[in-house]
Amino acid sequence: MSLRYLASRLTQGIIVLWIAFTLSFFLLYLLPGDPVITMLGAGGELQNFDPAEVERLRSEFNLDQPLPVQYLLALVAVLRLDFGTSIQTGTPVTEAIASSLPSTIGLAAVALVIALVTGAAIAIGATLTRRPWLRDALAALPGLGVALPTFWVGLMLLQVFSFRFPIFPAIGTGTPTAVILPAVTLAIPLSAIIAQILFRALQNAWIQPYVTTYTASGYSRLRLLLRQALPVAVLPALTMSGVLFGQVLAGSVVVENVFSRQGLGRLAQTAVTGQDIPLVQGIVLFAAAVFVLVNLATDLIYPVLDPRLKAATRNVPADATRTDHEGVRA
Amino acid sequence: MSLAMELQKNGQAETFGEDVRTEGIGASTPDQKGGNDRQGGNRARGLLRIRGGRLGIIEILALAALALAVLAAFWPTLLTGVDPLTGDPVNRLLPPSLDHIFGTDHLGRDVFSRTVHGSAQTLSASLAAVAIGVISGVVIGLIAGFFTGVLDAIFMRIVDVLQAIPGLLLSMAVITALGFGTINVALAVGVAAIPSFARLTRAEVIRWRSAEFVRAARADGLSTLSVLARHILPQVRGPIGALVALEFGSAVLAVSALSFLGFGAPPPQPEWGLLVSEGRDFLAAAWWMTTFPGLVVAAVVLAANRISHVVNSEKEFR
Repeated sequence: MSLRYLASRLTQGIIVLWIAFTLSFFLLYLLPGDPVITMLGAGGELQNFDPAEVERLRSEFNLDQPLPVQYLLALVAVLRLDFGTSIQTGTPVTEAIASSLPSTIGLAAVALVIALVTGAAIAIGATLTRRPWLRDALAALPGLGVALPTFWVGLMLLQVFSFRFPIFPAIGTGTPTAVILPAVTLAIPLSAIIAQILFRALQNAWIQPYVTTYTASGYSRLRLLLRQALPVAVLPALTMSGVLFGQVLAGSVVVENVFSRQGLGRLAQTAVTGQDIPLVQGIVLFAAAVFVLVNLATDLIYPVLDPRLKAATRNVPADATRTDHEGVRA
Repeated sequence: MSLAMELQKNGQAETFGEDVRTEGIGASTPDQKGGNDRQGGNRARGLLRIRGGRLGIIEILALAALALAVLAAFWPTLLTGVDPLTGDPVNRLLPPSLDHIFGTDHLGRDVFSRTVHGSAQTLSASLAAVAIGVISGVVIGLIAGFFTGVLDAIFMRIVDVLQAIPGLLLSMAVITALGFGTINVALAVGVAAIPSFARLTRAEVIRWRSAEFVRAARADGLSTLSVLARHILPQVRGPIGALVALEFGSAVLAVSALSFLGFGAPPPQPEWGLLVSEGRDFLAAAWWMTTFPGLVVAAVVLAANRISHVVNSEKEFR
């Protein structure tokens, strides 16, 4: 992998983050009124504010400075990973995010495993089955999965599996089983994306000439799928990992609310409810950074997995490394 | 938020233009795409999806569901004569029956009536959101696709950023700046819908920019604005139509999620997300309070996604 490729992807990522910072700065600090009043009001109704408190906050956020100075000061602070302190709790934003992360990562990991397994099972089942009704039914599942409101799915699961049949605890994080229902809720839209992409990619791989060749040589359908088609089909699914991570973050807001869990999503919700501007900006930038990093990682892994791209990023003429798998990703 | 959109875009890369991430893996730059189309001219005519184009029983059901939702939004009194806001303490938490087909809530209000009356708020907020997304997205996409160069780079980087932040979080940031309420929720969801429209429009513009009829129009001395409005925009209309239906479904989901989280209208109002959230405390005692409003949301979203699929297949018959 060439350094130039790496450098250009890195630069693009940094530009995206810089614009994300700039947009969030202008959105949160300049629209549509005085952010200090917004933060003190925290709900909208007008009250009498202590002028000294207003002044203190105003200078804390450098709002008494001219606009370009405000922007530059904020930019420099962010470059030093200083996102300010939460208005509501007074803790540094980075600390608040860091302390809420483990719970959300645990939830997301379980959800991703569930989503990968069900998504792959649906896609493989739909590809392998010879029964049209079963294939149609499996192929329709992802569309259903994305149409169900996540908050409602969570409450339905609670209703059935915590209240009607008390199998899982309704709230909290006390027992290991407490993560199951929230993870399933979070996994449903994720598995829908995975199933859909994988199904399309498998169908695409299934009509390639080499599959016919293997079939003619007596490979079983299952073996052919697992050994030949699946590794090829996984590649396009990889490019969606950034979107998947975004979905996990967005989903955690709803899921952590429904199941009364602590975590990043819960933090985001309380930040918005309390109009805690530094915290909201910190979480938004964190989400953007995760997205950029995941995409960067995908871009770096992709050429390793796909020999033709490895060749391309090395700037070697593609012909030199052409393999008999040519056209595999057509 | 726009999960369905990602799905559809992925599945129908030919019809929705370029891939999800243009900067992707260097496999297909927009310019290469444009070049291919220059040679190809009429695109992908061999890929007619005849099954999706037919109006089957599912499509009729989907249209009926949407028609019912529109009816509920504009003329709620045609569907229910019961007031959504006045409760009847004697009839608290009644299970579904012929009198109250969705049951009653903890204040004795009719859940069906509240759902019907709630559709006006939820659906109009979703429509407004899609309108904001379409108008801003198409304008950005037209400019970026047609003028290329610096304008393209600036607009597309901004779109990249809007896409890098998960839709729901982006909407929540906008709500933090603007404050709570249905109108602000609509605005916030609309902002999150801009990237998909901008990307699709840009891809379509690039597809048609160098087509012969566009070059002929420019050679005829038509102004840039007329070329864009009279020759490029009509080409973009079809794909945008399919995306509008899809994004409408996503917007309904996002609007109700935000209202569920408490960022929408204040409690006595019957917004769909709020209805579900009101039933939370009565999950064990009154399953109907959460189940029915949520089912209605899911039905509308499914219907919108189905219609989007049909529109998307139909336009390939042109």
